[in-house]
Amino acid sequence: MRVLVKGAGVTGLTAAFELAARGAAVTVVETRHSLGGNASWMAGGMLAPWCERESAEQPVLDLGRDAADWWDAVLPGHVTRAGTLVMAMPRDAGELDRFASRTSGYRRVDEDEIALLEPDLAGRFDRGLFFPGEAHLDPRRAMAALHEKLAGSGVEFRFGVDAKDMAGFERQIDCTGMAAGDERLRGVRGEMLILHAPEISLSRPVRLLHPRFPLYLAPRAGHYFMVGATMIESLSSGPVTARSMMELLNAAYSVHPAFGEAAIVETGVGIRPAFPDNLPRVERQGKTVAINGLYRHGFLLGPAMARRAAAMAFDHGKPAEHADETDCQRRSA
Amino acid sequence: MLDLYGTKLPSRLLLGTAQYPSPAILADAVNASRTSVVTVSLRREMAGGRGGEKFWSLIQSLRLRVLPNTAGCHSVKEAVTTAKMAREVFGTNWIKLEVIGNHDTLQPDVFGLVEAARILCEDGFAVFPYTTDDLVVAERLLAAGCRVLMPWCAPIGSALGPVNATALRSMRGHFPDIPLIVDAGLGRPSHAALVMELGFDAVLLNTAVAKAADPIGMARAFGKAVDAGREAYRSGLLEPRDVAVPSTPTIGRAVFQ
Repeated sequence: MRVLVKGAGVTGLTAAFELAARGAAVTVVETRHSLGGNASWMAGGMLAPWCERESAEQPVLDLGRDAADWWDAVLPGHVTRAGTLVMAMPRDAGELDRFASRTSGYRRVDEDEIALLEPDLAGRFDRGLFFPGEAHLDPRRAMAALHEKLAGSGVEFRFGVDAKDMAGFERQIDCTGMAAGDERLRGVRGEMLILHAPEISLSRPVRLLHPRFPLYLAPRAGHYFMVGATMIESLSSGPVTARSMMELLNAAYSVHPAFGEAAIVETGVGIRPAFPDNLPRVERQGKTVAINGLYRHGFLLGPAMARRAAAMAFDHGKPAEHADETDCQRRSA
Repeated sequence: MLDLYGTKLPSRLLLGTAQYPSPAILADAVNASRTSVVTVSLRREMAGGRGGEKFWSLIQSLRLRVLPNTAGCHSVKEAVTTAKMAREVFGTNWIKLEVIGNHDTLQPDVFGLVEAARILCEDGFAVFPYTTDDLVVAERLLAAGCRVLMPWCAPIGSALGPVNATALRSMRGHFPDIPLIVDAGLGRPSHAALVMELGFDAVLLNTAVAKAADPIGMARAFGKAVDAGREAYRSGLLEPRDVAVPSTPTIGRAVFQ
């Protein structure tokens, strides 16, 4: 079966992998001229379904639980399984209890254990939550590696192309996010920074509880750190605002004052596509299967959504009109 | 019925729209609370109105009265500019006026607040000032043209509940005919019931619902607490006394002993 995948963000790449793995002849088209520049490129790369459960609904945990295994199996060496450390400034200690009451899969850690986990943070925080089952990866390296792996196994990539029709393809997988033009979608703006702080080493993502949005520092190779991410109800992809920059830098500085000496090597803005319930959907209409609404969970939910989309694309028995699969057991009002 | 600037409203609960897990949960929580007014932050939630049309259309689909706010403004000029933008974006002259004096505690700058209120009232706005429980500041706000006052009962987001019930009681006594809405600091439905029992006209809250484990259930609980507190106030509360007063006469008991 010949399948056209539209969009080379994390959704398109994971979908291409699952389709190729089932024997499809896959072509990926991307309007941009390279892998970069989309929301996936700006992602934190945290595979942290237990932490996300603090604000996300149960399906995010259910669908994201196996994400680290998927990435590890597909891209050996890219996933770091070192958990997540969640901390709060002393005056926000109540926030830590609130976070704990909304999540599972953690153990409480004291000053000594924090020092063992992250020696650079010794003496800076007296308590925190450690989520040992979580993992992280570098989204850009992972996307580049997945692209290379797919291209090497016969998946065709066409960059700088806007595929208008799907002549010659039996199925189309729409992974274009906001560009899909789905009326139900809204954009949630996320701003991030990349800092280079040679003095600091962290082994795992560190989350700092913040009253308005979850701030985190995700370590990358060579003492680089991604600091993210704001959550603003806006489609605007304009530059990072001064307020957001201050809040992100303030969080980094609170985690370790040596971040004050860091170089700001990049600022970025990504627009996350989200449905009103902030949960993802895989839907089939005719020959097109659409994956969308991954919100702030592209790398976490991409694998599960890709598997569903691939299964749906191959399922000839289903009525072609409309198929919807979300697993959203929304609580009723 | 609650009357705010000539608009009659069936509910005495005003609900903020920030920090919910998703817009779908926000909509369900709003419905469960049976509120008739929602507040929206132009700056904080919608990037100053740029590109946030989708969120705004989700708010509009709730079909409720919208009270835009000037959250995040630290000066008179910022607050006035934000209020005027909000009037354009949301198509209402209602404005919840916040002029923040301290970034950390989000305490209002009452001097800037009075000044901004005067400018906006002259410009035809219906101003809902977020203020402290200070009576003199309240007088100045009324002199500036405000016809509703929104005193805090504790710092924004603190969930402490009424930390100075005496001040709230004296405010109620001092301004018997001005709609008084307790804004900020409510953590539990019992806090809302308590200030309604003091005779306040309404309460405004956000964090206590949005950040609850189940925002929908919590919204419903607050709606009931506000109703209960209001009804209790209207029904005449029994004043506390220092000695026990049995509810049945004890005279006859001695006969059997």
